[in-house]
Amino acid sequence: MSWEPVIGIEVHVELMTDSKMFCGCAVAFGGEPNTRVCPTCLGLPGALPVTNRAAIESIMAIGLALDCQVSDRSVFHRKNYFYADLPKNYQISQFDVPVCHDGHLDIEVDGETRRIGIERAHMEEDTGKSTHLGAGGRIHAAEGTLLDFNRSGVPLVEVVSRPDLRSAAESRVYAQELRSIVAELGVSDARLEEGSIRFDANVSIRPEGEDEYGTKVEIKNMNSFRSLERAIAFEIERQIGVVESNGSVIQETRHWDEETGVTHSMRVKEGSSDYRYFTEPDLVPMVMTPEWVAGIEERLPEMPADRRARYAAQGVAEGTAGVLSALDADLRRLYDEAVLSGAPARSAANWITGEVVAWLRKAEIEARDAALDGLGLAELIEMVDDGSVSSSAAKEVLDGVLSGEGRPREVADTRNLLQVSDTGTLESAVAEVLAANPHAIEEFRAGEEKVVGFLVGQVMKVTEGRADPRLVNQLIREKMSG
Amino acid sequence: MIAASVSEAGRLIRSGETSAAALLEEAIDIASRTEAQLHAFLTIDSDGAREAARQADADLADGIDRGPLHGIPVALKDNMCTRGVETTAASQILAGYIPPYDATVVTRLRSGGAVIVGKTNLDEFAMGSSTENSAYGTTYNPWDLSRVPGGSSGGSAASVAAGSSLLAFGSDTGGSIRQPASLCGVVGMKPTYGTVSRYGLIAFASSLDQIGPFARTVEDSALALSSIWGYDPLDSTSYRGEYPNPSAGLDRGVDGLRIGVVTELSGEGFEPAVEAATTDMVARLEKEGVEVIDVSLPTFDIALSAYYLIAPAEASSNLARFDGIRYGLRVDGPTTEELMARTRAEGFGPEVTRRVLLGTYSLSAGYYDAFYGQAQRVRAAIQEDFARAYEQVDVLVSPTSPTVAFEAGARTSDPLAMYLSDICNIPANMAGHPAISVPVGLDEAGLPIGFQVMAPALGEETMYRVAAEVERLAGFEISPRVLGGAA
Repeated sequence: MSWEPVIGIEVHVELMTDSKMFCGCAVAFGGEPNTRVCPTCLGLPGALPVTNRAAIESIMAIGLALDCQVSDRSVFHRKNYFYADLPKNYQISQFDVPVCHDGHLDIEVDGETRRIGIERAHMEEDTGKSTHLGAGGRIHAAEGTLLDFNRSGVPLVEVVSRPDLRSAAESRVYAQELRSIVAELGVSDARLEEGSIRFDANVSIRPEGEDEYGTKVEIKNMNSFRSLERAIAFEIERQIGVVESNGSVIQETRHWDEETGVTHSMRVKEGSSDYRYFTEPDLVPMVMTPEWVAGIEERLPEMPADRRARYAAQGVAEGTAGVLSALDADLRRLYDEAVLSGAPARSAANWITGEVVAWLRKAEIEARDAALDGLGLAELIEMVDDGSVSSSAAKEVLDGVLSGEGRPREVADTRNLLQVSDTGTLESAVAEVLAANPHAIEEFRAGEEKVVGFLVGQVMKVTEGRADPRLVNQLIREKMSG
Repeated sequence: MIAASVSEAGRLIRSGETSAAALLEEAIDIASRTEAQLHAFLTIDSDGAREAARQADADLADGIDRGPLHGIPVALKDNMCTRGVETTAASQILAGYIPPYDATVVTRLRSGGAVIVGKTNLDEFAMGSSTENSAYGTTYNPWDLSRVPGGSSGGSAASVAAGSSLLAFGSDTGGSIRQPASLCGVVGMKPTYGTVSRYGLIAFASSLDQIGPFARTVEDSALALSSIWGYDPLDSTSYRGEYPNPSAGLDRGVDGLRIGVVTELSGEGFEPAVEAATTDMVARLEKEGVEVIDVSLPTFDIALSAYYLIAPAEASSNLARFDGIRYGLRVDGPTTEELMARTRAEGFGPEVTRRVLLGTYSLSAGYYDAFYGQAQRVRAAIQEDFARAYEQVDVLVSPTSPTVAFEAGARTSDPLAMYLSDICNIPANMAGHPAISVPVGLDEAGLPIGFQVMAPALGEETMYRVAAEVERLAGFEISPRVLGGAA
C-alpha cells in the first residue's frame, strides 16, 4: 500500500518591536539574564498588561502578506497552564477570534505551484527561558534550573497552516518561504539560530486516496530548515513502519533529536490539553478599523514570490531570479537601478548574482558600502555589449570600480583595458602582421581557414590584447581576400 | 479627635491650627490604644508616615498645596502594592513580600500629599465578608468587639470607624467596601468600573474589582474619589472619557429626583431593624421631594450564583502566579511541579483554596458553557435589568447588608450564609455601576445599619447628591465603643 503524508506546520515568529507585547521592556536578543524585566513581564502581584500597538500592526502585515482576512474585532484569551518560566502561569494568547484568519501561501516545489492554506495567525506573548543545570540539560535529571525572563512577554505571532503539505521537502519550502516573507516585512529578525522563528509540525499518514485524516503526531524541537525536513521525513517513515507492522499511531508529542536523527515520545495526549481558555479580563477587545488595515496594506513591501515573477517577466533567467530575489535589499536595489538606467535585466541579474556577490564576499564588504551604483553597472554592461571592453576585461573593470577607482569608463581607461576599435590603428597593425607572415596569405587562399586564428592572435599580441578580436578577424579576411 | 472629617482637617491644617504631623500622631495614638482589640492593621508604617507628614507640613509652609488630601492620614487595604512596604493580601503565600513599585492609586495619594499610615487587614486575597479569612488574624468591629467588621476590606472600615485613619481605601469585587462600611457605620463607596486604576491592586476578579474610599462623611468620600480616579495608561480597562464631578451635587438636595426601591432586596433574610431603617429613610426622602417607585429587578435573585462562578473563575487564573518560584512563600519539593503544589497547598487558606478549585472547575472543558458561559449570560441580563430600571429612576436604593454586624465565627463554617452577606452589593459589581453605603442608624443593640444608593455607570454625581441628603437626614454619629462611644 502506498501512504500519503499529511502535514501542518505551526510557525512561531518573535517580533522585533521596540518594546514587549504588554509592557515597556525592550525587545533584544541575549544580554545579562533578567535585565529586561518589569512587574508586568515578571508577573508580579498587581501588574497589568497593556497591548503593544506596533505588534498588532506587525501581525496584520504578516496576515495581509499571507492573503489572510483581518478580523474587525479580536480578543485576547488566557491560556492557563503551570510552568516555571511562564510567570503568571497563564499565557496571554488568542483562542477563537485571532487577529488574522483564512489566508494562503503559494510555494514552488519541483516547478509546480502549490497553494498551502493558512488557518490563522494569532498574537501571543513569549515565555521566559529555562536552563537546566547538569545532566546534559535534561529537565528530569537536572540539579537545578535557572530562569531568565528577558524573553518573557516578547511578542510572538503564531502562523498555523492547514494540513495541506504532503512531503518533508514541501514542508521545508513552506517554512523557508514563510521565513523570507517575515524577513521581507522587517517585523522579525527571522533568525532561526536565535530562536526568533520556531516550528512545530503535525504529521499523520493515510492510505493514498483516503479522505479521512490519520492520527496526528506533533513534533517539536526542530531548529533549522534541514532539521525540520529530516524530522518530518523520519516521522513519516516511523508512522508507516508502525502501521505496516500492524500497530497504530498514537496521538502524542514527539521530540526531534538532532544528533541521533530520530523523534522520541515526550508525552501522550489524553484528548486535548485543558488550558481553561477564557477572555482576558485585563484587556479590552481590539478593533481593527478598515482604515487601519488599509494603511498597513498600503505599506506592505513586495513579497518574494511576486518579486521572482517580476524578475522573470523582465527577462531574468528563472534560476537567477530566485537567487537575486533572495539577496539582500541593497543588492536588489542595485538591480532595479541598473535596469532603470537602461541595463538589460538578464545581464544586470547575472552580474549581480555572479561577479558582484563574489567580489563583495571575498572583500567582506556589505553591499550597502560598495562603490557601485545602478548607473555604474549599466555603464559596465553597455561597455561589454558595445565592445569597448572584452568580457574578461570587464571583470577587471568591476574590480576597479568596487575598489573605488572611479566610474567604469575611467577605470577601463586608467587600467588600459579599453579594446582598440579604431580601424586606422588596427589596419596598420594588421598590415604589419601580414607583412611579417607572407606565407599565411597563401595558405589562406589555398583554403586553410585556421590560419586566420593564428593571425588574429598575432595582432592581439601586437596590440597588447586590446584589439577587438571580431574587428581584427574581419579586417584580416578583407585584406587577404583583397 | 482633632478633626471629624477630611474637609475639617484640611481647613485646620491650612489655618495653622493643626498640622499633618499632629493629625498623624493622633491616628498613631488611637491605633496604639485600639489595635490590640481591633487588629485593623497588618502593618503600621510609622517611619514612612512621619516622613510623609513632615514633608506635607514643609510643603504647606512653602506654599505648595497638593489638594484635599494634603496632610491627611490614610490607610490602605493590604492588597494595594506599596513600594518598599510589605504587601501580603493577608495571605501566607505573600508573607514578607515587598513590592518594588506603587499601585497607581498609591502614586496618586502620595502626589496628593496624603500620609499613608499603614496597610489594613482583609480576607485573604479579598475573598470573604468578615475579615476572618485573613492569614494574620481576624479584625473586630469597633462597635462591638465580639463581632466582625464585615469584609473583605474590614480593616479599612474598622480603622476609619475607630479614627486610626481619617480616610481609608479598600477594594470592592462583590461588596467588599460597602458591606464592611455598613457594618462599621462609615461611608463606603465603589466607583464605576474602569474609573479607578487597578494597576498595583492584587487582583481577585479582574472584571469586577474596583478600588474605592472609606470615609467618615459623604463629602470626604467624594473628595477622596476625586483624588484617586482618572484615566491610567497602565490599566487597559481604564475609562478615557469625561469624568463626572462627585462633589457637584452635594448641596443640591433631592427635590425632583426619582428613586427606585429594589423589591428583590427585602423580605426573607433581611433583619427587621435593617428593613425598618431603609423604609424610614425612603419615607424621609419622599418628604424631601423625591418620587419613590418600587422597581423589580428579577435577575438580582440569580446574581449571587452567577457571581460565584465568574469571580472564582477569574481568581483561579489570577492567583496562578503565586507558585513559590519568583517571590513569596516557597515550600520546596523534589520537582518544580511538586514545589508549586506544596507552596500553594500551604500558602493559601481554605476559602481561597475553595474558590480556586471552584473557578478551575467552572472553566474546565466540558463545563465551561454550563458554568462560566452561563454566568456571563446572566451578567448580561443583569445589565439589561439595570438599564430598564434606570429608564424609570435616577438611582436605586436598598439596604447595604441584610443584617448588622454578626458575631465572629457565626458564619465561618457555612460558606453559603457568608456569601449571602453580599446579596445587595453584587449586582452593581456585575454591571460595573457605582454604589455607596451611608450609615443611617443603629439597631436596638447599637450596631450600625447602612443604606445603599446605586447609580448607572458614571452616575457618581447624582449618587453622591442622594447620599449627601441621606446623611443629612440620618444625622448619624460615629461613636464606636472601642473609643468609649455612647452607643
